[in-house]
Amino acid sequence: MAYYNVSRPSEKLTWRERIYLPELFKGLRITTRHFVVNLALHAVRLLGIKTRRRGAVTFQYPEERRPLSPRLRTRHRLTKREDGMPRCVACMMCETVCPADCIYIVAGELPDPNVEKYPVRFDIDLGVCVFCGFCVEACPEDAIRMDTGILEIASDSREEMIYSIDRLLSG
Amino acid sequence: MAEKVHCTIDGRTVEPRRGQTILQVADELGIYIPRYCYHPGLSIAGNCRICLVSVEKAPKPQIACYTQVQEGMTVWTHNEAAQKARRGVLEFLLVNHPLDCPVCDQAGECWLQDYYMQFGLYTSRLREDKIKKAKAKVLGPAVILDAERCILCTRCVRFCNEIAGTHELEVFQMGAHEELGTYPGVELKNPYSGCVVDICPVGALTDRDFRFKARVWYLSEQKSVCPGCATGCNIRVHFNQKRTHHALGKRVMRLKPRYNPHVNDWWMCDEGRYGYRWIDEGRLLVPQKRRDGTYVDLDWDQALSDVASGLRAVMDKHGPSSVAVLPSPQQTNEALYLVRRLFAEHLGVRHVDFWIPPATQGYHDDFLIKADKNPNSAGARLLGLFPRDGSPAAEEFLLNHGPLKALYVFRHDLLGRYGEEALRPLLGNLELLVYQGTNRNATSRRADYVLPSAAYMEEHGTFVNFKGRVQRLFQCLEPLAQSLPDWKILVRLAVLLGLELGHSGQEEIFLDMAREIPALDGLDYAALGDQGVESDFSGIPLWPKTVNRQRSNVSREQPAHLPRVTNDE
Repeated sequence: MAYYNVSRPSEKLTWRERIYLPELFKGLRITTRHFVVNLALHAVRLLGIKTRRRGAVTFQYPEERRPLSPRLRTRHRLTKREDGMPRCVACMMCETVCPADCIYIVAGELPDPNVEKYPVRFDIDLGVCVFCGFCVEACPEDAIRMDTGILEIASDSREEMIYSIDRLLSG
Repeated sequence: MAEKVHCTIDGRTVEPRRGQTILQVADELGIYIPRYCYHPGLSIAGNCRICLVSVEKAPKPQIACYTQVQEGMTVWTHNEAAQKARRGVLEFLLVNHPLDCPVCDQAGECWLQDYYMQFGLYTSRLREDKIKKAKAKVLGPAVILDAERCILCTRCVRFCNEIAGTHELEVFQMGAHEELGTYPGVELKNPYSGCVVDICPVGALTDRDFRFKARVWYLSEQKSVCPGCATGCNIRVHFNQKRTHHALGKRVMRLKPRYNPHVNDWWMCDEGRYGYRWIDEGRLLVPQKRRDGTYVDLDWDQALSDVASGLRAVMDKHGPSSVAVLPSPQQTNEALYLVRRLFAEHLGVRHVDFWIPPATQGYHDDFLIKADKNPNSAGARLLGLFPRDGSPAAEEFLLNHGPLKALYVFRHDLLGRYGEEALRPLLGNLELLVYQGTNRNATSRRADYVLPSAAYMEEHGTFVNFKGRVQRLFQCLEPLAQSLPDWKILVRLAVLLGLELGHSGQEEIFLDMAREIPALDGLDYAALGDQGVESDFSGIPLWPKTVNRQRSNVSREQPAHLPRVTNDE
């Protein structure tokens, strides 16, 4: 699978950063400024005065979620036929069009002559995926969609970022 | 000389021979007229109608593939009337064609797709349901039919009738219900059945072996020569290095014939076509040494210095007549030439023989398939790698347990051929058994040293076919794992045995060889091109006439136990 080793130059701390206290106060100053400015903006708005800048609004994530646009490209899913088989026919259009090369399909043969071809393996490496949505555009069968609304795609290892066909089919 | 006529095609005045068709003349002029049913290797059927062209003074468009040029004829191949007629024909051909492209193996190399994109580009006007026909119908061991996709060009029918001569296929039913099929109780099973897939312009006949393995646009192509028999059919190797997870990491996806009018025309046999699996299966990957019944991996330097010192020890103790070398007719000329330089000439080994007679004679016919299942027996003969001056043949010195102490085997599976029992006296006597080859076999499992060499797709080189045609192999793939081309192994081994060959590439070796062997005189890789050159093998001079280096024991006798090589076969 695709792994990329990224090397960064190590950033040496300056003397001022190493004694810690000045940086701490610098941070506190920023936090306090945001607090005071937002308090003032909200207070003024409470009095019915419209200001050009509005006070910051905090969503209580994860209990509270921002509304998502229906057009937003979120995590992929594979759609199913009525009998529960994947709609995908392993035509490899998405694999071909994928600019990140993160889709891995292996085709197999079904005895049903109306289907013939199905994916034995269908992996998406979300650690490499750029969420361009080309796979959805290219699909001739409406078999892959990016409408799950799932944005939290994090894991502790790169292997877990590779979504297999079972995870993609279960929505 | 045939009679010439004068005619004009697309405004160009030409003088073709009488009897040529418009399409043939246009091809010679470089004007491409679309075609489905026309194939230069088959008779002309004229049934697909996609090659319609305008002929002045003719009342209707004419089919280019069957209309012969006439004196004073004026043809327009791409004027509006012709284009409109062809677009109409394409629309008719696609009326009942299913929308299978996502699951069709032909997608990407389909002539319906190509022509639709070139001059179709219409919107479908079909209101009725498409006619359903048989899908995924197995016709034989190699071929599967999708009757809905068929455009009834009858190329495959004509192939079976005219080239294979087996008459399995026919078009049945009438009208829109016409359908390709085999005669009742017959399956499409002839030695060349895979060719119908090559000539099918659409996805009706597809290859069962290649089925769903990879999409064709992932395949890369390189020219090569089939190593399956002495004919040396020209092939194209299709391999996949872009998406390596397809077909479980196997690299070679399929072999296709390559046009060569001197050897195989457009065809190749199924045995050769599907005989590529050993390239990716059961290969030897690392140099190994046997120790206490198991094999331990070595690096190349260690393995070669061990082999060299082992050979030297045997030669010093028992003399060169205790050593035998068995080069293989599966090897390229370049490798065989180095075998000759190193073993026969430098070390003075007398037991050199490439020919291990097969247990049973291979299948052969009067078309492409030869009984000798080696691609380069003629090359090995040309290089003189067989016993001379009364020396025994390989079979004799192996089985009648002469005083052999060291045996260097290239690719031959001796144990598989003769069995453990017959070779027991020999094996008991041997102090050193080296196996240099591509795949694991019974012999590699008994060798003291195993040296993995590259397969024919993994190196440049040349083969000489049964007619004496010298043909080039082009490198398609990198050698698998740690395997090396034979010539590299031999050059490195030669240095350790005190011979500086100094070759740094296959072409250098070939040029050296061409200087020595009269039959290859003046040839180089550029002269061979991709179609090869027929060299003169009549009265084959087995050992060079012009001697640049010191040479002894020159013999011109034709050994009786070898397959005959002639120019007139």
